[in-house]
Amino acid sequence: MSLWEYANPKKFIATADAVLPFVSVLAAAALLTGLIWGFFFTPDDFRQGSTVKIIYLHVPAAMMAINAWAMMLVTSLIWLVRRHHVSALAAKAAAPVGVTFTLVALVTGAIWGQPMWGTWWAWDPRLTSFLILFLFYLGYLALWEAIENPDTAADLTSVLCLVGSVFAILSRYAVNFWNQGLHQGATLSLDKEENISDVFYIPLLFSIAGFVLLFVALVLIRTQTEIRRRRLHAIELRERMA
Amino acid sequence: MMPDLGKYAGTVLSAYAISLVLLVALVALSWWQARRMKRRLDAAETRYRNG
Repeated sequence: MSLWEYANPKKFIATADAVLPFVSVLAAAALLTGLIWGFFFTPDDFRQGSTVKIIYLHVPAAMMAINAWAMMLVTSLIWLVRRHHVSALAAKAAAPVGVTFTLVALVTGAIWGQPMWGTWWAWDPRLTSFLILFLFYLGYLALWEAIENPDTAADLTSVLCLVGSVFAILSRYAVNFWNQGLHQGATLSLDKEENISDVFYIPLLFSIAGFVLLFVALVLIRTQTEIRRRRLHAIELRERMA
Repeated sequence: MMPDLGKYAGTVLSAYAISLVLLVALVALSWWQARRMKRRLDAAETRYRNG
């Protein structure tokens, strides 16, 4: 069986229908476990107090905001190279999910920053590149809506996605590129010494898994919707021509 | 049951409230659009088949 079989819209819809209940239940279970554990059953941080509980929303949302763009980059490249419509529609379907996660990361970051840094916002490398990524998401969504021909829209949004990838990469590695600004370094590390304490780390892993699975579930359901929207549009055109 | 959030209660609760509202709205909108589109397509396909 080849991955390209899922480029067939009918096959994609059937597979998504079969997978969605499991992914949705797992997403809800992981997200609720992570958030309830993190909010109710973790201690305060010695420096940040109870604001550390925002980590269970902020870090997974920020991580998935960047990963959503990465997924859109891969599917956009597949569209540009192989012209599979499902691939372009999957990128379109992921954008509203990605922009919401970016907004969650920006809002929780600002709320967290106010008591810790004394300001809601700073033109810090990571924050600024994240804001630009958010604007790229809005531009990407606007471009899909602005162009009537779906293939032209897919072409142009794919190119925009390629350009925006620079800021997605910058968002992730800004704290490594520039040792300046208010934002701390990476929260998660493979180095045990640099990683956060297990008491925060394990519920955070559940929360991250929840966000990943929620993203997968939402992209599947939204891609199905986009495929159906295109099919409906084709039928309505044929009816008008007849 | 409610943990003691101390002087940062407003900060933590507002972060959770805004995030959960955004996430629930996204899920609800995606689900509603999916159902609506499926219903519209089913109706259009039936109409198209019956000429």
